[in-house]
Amino acid sequence: MGILEVKDVGKRFGGLQALGDVNLSVAENSCHAIIGPNGAGKSTLLNVLVGKLTPDTGSVMFDGQSVLGLSAHKINQMGISRVFQTPEIFGALSVLENMMIPCFAKRDGSFRMHAIENMMREKDIVDWADRILADVNMADKRHMHAASMSRGDKRRLEIAMCLAQEPRLLLLDEPTAGMARADTNNTIDLLKQIKSERDITIVIIEHDMHVVFSLAERITVLAQGSPLVEDTPENIKGHPKVREAYLGEAAA
Amino acid sequence: MLGLNRKDFLLFLVVTFLALFAPILLNPFPVGSAMAQFNAGYPDLMQRFVIFGIFAIGFNILFGLTGYLSFGHAAFLGVGSYSVVWMYKLLDYNILPGLFLAIVVSAVFALLIGFISLRRSGIYFSILTLAFAQMSFSLAYSVLTPITNGETGLQVYTSDPQILMSGFSPSSPHLFGLVMNDSSYLKFGGWEFTFNNGYYLCAVVLMVAFYLSIRIFRSPFGLMLRAVKSNQTRLNYTGLNPRPYTLAAFVISGMYAGLAGGLMAAMDPLAGAERMQWTASGEVVLMTILGGAGTLIGPILGAGFIKYFENIFSKINDSILHSWFAFLPDGLEDAVVFIIHPFIGKGWHLTLGILFVLVVVFLPGGLVEGGQRIARLFRRKPADKTDNDTSAKTDPAE
Amino acid sequence: MDAIILQILNGLDKGSAYALIALGLTLIFGTLGVVNFAHGALFMIGAFCAVTLSRILNFSFETIDPGKTDFLGNPATVETAYLEHWFGPEVGGAIIDWSVPLAILFSIPVMLVVGFVMERGLIKHFYKREHADQILVTFGLAIVLQEIIKYFYGANPIPTPAPDAFRGSLDFGVLLGFDPNAIIYPYWRLVYFLFAAVIIGAVFAFLRFTTFGMVVRAGMADRETVGLLGINIDKRFTIMFGIAAAVAGMAGVMYAPINSPNYHMGMDFLVLSFVVVVVGGMGSLPGAVLAGFLLGILESFASMNEVKSILPGIDQIIIYLVAIIILLTRPRGLMGRKGVMEG
Repeated sequence: MGILEVKDVGKRFGGLQALGDVNLSVAENSCHAIIGPNGAGKSTLLNVLVGKLTPDTGSVMFDGQSVLGLSAHKINQMGISRVFQTPEIFGALSVLENMMIPCFAKRDGSFRMHAIENMMREKDIVDWADRILADVNMADKRHMHAASMSRGDKRRLEIAMCLAQEPRLLLLDEPTAGMARADTNNTIDLLKQIKSERDITIVIIEHDMHVVFSLAERITVLAQGSPLVEDTPENIKGHPKVREAYLGEAAA
Repeated sequence: MLGLNRKDFLLFLVVTFLALFAPILLNPFPVGSAMAQFNAGYPDLMQRFVIFGIFAIGFNILFGLTGYLSFGHAAFLGVGSYSVVWMYKLLDYNILPGLFLAIVVSAVFALLIGFISLRRSGIYFSILTLAFAQMSFSLAYSVLTPITNGETGLQVYTSDPQILMSGFSPSSPHLFGLVMNDSSYLKFGGWEFTFNNGYYLCAVVLMVAFYLSIRIFRSPFGLMLRAVKSNQTRLNYTGLNPRPYTLAAFVISGMYAGLAGGLMAAMDPLAGAERMQWTASGEVVLMTILGGAGTLIGPILGAGFIKYFENIFSKINDSILHSWFAFLPDGLEDAVVFIIHPFIGKGWHLTLGILFVLVVVFLPGGLVEGGQRIARLFRRKPADKTDNDTSAKTDPAE
Repeated sequence: MDAIILQILNGLDKGSAYALIALGLTLIFGTLGVVNFAHGALFMIGAFCAVTLSRILNFSFETIDPGKTDFLGNPATVETAYLEHWFGPEVGGAIIDWSVPLAILFSIPVMLVVGFVMERGLIKHFYKREHADQILVTFGLAIVLQEIIKYFYGANPIPTPAPDAFRGSLDFGVLLGFDPNAIIYPYWRLVYFLFAAVIIGAVFAFLRFTTFGMVVRAGMADRETVGLLGINIDKRFTIMFGIAAAVAGMAGVMYAPINSPNYHMGMDFLVLSFVVVVVGGMGSLPGAVLAGFLLGILESFASMNEVKSILPGIDQIIIYLVAIIILLTRPRGLMGRKGVMEG
């Protein structure tokens, strides 16, 4: 039994079968990549996992509990964090304030009325936020306006915000999309570091093979809404069906 | 100090100082001098400064922090006024039960309206609040006449029960015998200063209201509200539910508005439906934006600015203008007066409208941002000069 | 039955005004993506175009008529309009009498200019800013426009009569076989409705059958793609703003005889028109028109005594109530697209 179990999930948009009979089992503390050509249903699958879309058929269980029909904040409170294709951070706030929000969410739950306390005197929260910032090498950017940072730093902050909640499952949606090579490599290093230091399951959806092969332990190839194969990176590289359907000459 | 950091505490001190000494500070010109008409230190106007200040501070907690633009806050203002007058009618002229009721009733109203309106965001939220306020206004005028006394407005009649009224109780609004209308006067040379009980009550309430708003701004709750404005998607995916946060902000700002409405009736024992009209909601929007939405001091500045100029600007007439520009040659004098004429007196709203458009276009941070820019300009030139007085006044949210 | 027909008819003229303003609001919102709180002010300026033209046409000079005396026995002064002097009392009087319909011709260039100036001078700088900022700046603009009108025309309503020929009422009931006087409907309101129908038809035809309209419709659907085709969409949008202003202006001109224009009529209509747009569905032109008429008729039904005796005060709040219910149950409105303006 994996920590994330997707069974027979299907989703239609009008006449289009976006997902059909998707079965997926992600083992705890592994890194599982989902790849596939454009329109293969990767984003649809991800939106199903975070509750944004409800599938027509099938079930999605996280740690034995169904996530279907739950709102985003409830799914997050179960221990699933998500990183978006374009970094979703609180642009108007400082880096430290950005970090403090998930810390509060972890400590106080989805809503707590603490309107009189001074937030900077919540020592445990500030320390916690600072510790994570130090972990991801952003301590020096503590007081920066989040919106004014580079794309790579925004991504780093977003991942750090997810880590602050100590999620059991981290979903990454093309985390290096639109990044320069150096930023991409930094992000890969950061994710490797996270993997080695924490007990965390990572599901990554990615276009960039370099990223996938440097991180993933298992890879599922989606094509036309259904899994084509699932295997280790080494086997996927040489798999004829995959080469045909997806990698083409790019992998050669 | 008082749980505030140094900068905020200084800001609080400045506001306290201004509020306490307003009767002196706003009367800089001796009685009888040509400029005496620009004195603003009379109770009626000062009360309005402070009451609208409270209204705007509350509005800013919603709009400034969460970005939800309500066009219906006047409804709570009206509800507050009606509550206070009803307490006069039922009990006696002591304002305390009324103010208490005003806050409670407006909170209930805000909870109801907010719960429904906050199901939508953006312009839909604005229209929903507007629709609710207009509905309240129309109902207060028509069907609810038994409660609101319709077009006449609610007031106290001799036939009212006033069960706590005894022979000794004052027959105008008071706080345990301290009559709101009473003033003491101080004559000093050519100057005369009026210290009005009602004004000081309002000023104390303003200080409390302002203090609480600083605490809210600096609290984790305030942080969440700013997060709502900045990125709701991320907030959702951080395991936080934005709805109760925004609803709480809506209710708090509704309570501020109810308190302000209650104070209006505490100064003058009347309540009318026109207080609920959407133009009144528009006014508080103007004040907050003009002063600087999302800043601590902005709403107070905006309220003071608009109320001062509304009263003073509208008093300037052509003959005053002529006397000002008498030094110019006749033809030029007439021309100047002719050009300025549309903007003064009854035309004050035109000036306000233009000013507002200019602020939204060029100075989205309002007067506070303007002050900051000027401060920066000065700081750059004389590098050795410290920035003690300007920085205290201009304090952004973060 | 006759009572119902009467209420439908009564709702048509107000509904026409709602529909015309909402149509313009939707055009502006759909093309430029701007929430225009100054649109009511454009309607109001239109109404004052009628007032202005009627004043211009009535320019008079005074003569002393030796044949008449006032009550003191002095020769009386008589005012004669220049038009009557030049063209004779018959023709001149007719022109003056028809000042409101003539004002449509007068208002079109005025409103186009006002629209172009507004869009180029102010609103175009707000395309990329938040909707809240757009609301705020156009709200400020509305205040400025209404105060300018107040400065020149005063605060009191100015009666602006319709031509004599339309001043009576049509006994509509007789045409339908009811008793005489069962359904009395003023001619001018009938004219207003027909006028609104023509304008609405013209706008739709313009969008459907001209190349210009096709580009604009494409732009409403997907602005960026149209931009990529190398079509200068901005210029067309400016023109669209002018057209929307002209539609609002003409609606105002023709409304002048129904309600004497005053400086705050724009704001009064604006709030309701926004409700109409939201009910119709933000960004949907047919939705705006449909909702305009529906709400106008609904409002007139709610003001029937029979209804008011059951639900007192319902006539005052019916529109808001409908808006709230629609927004909560069907946030896209009657015919709106998904996701417009949320967030």
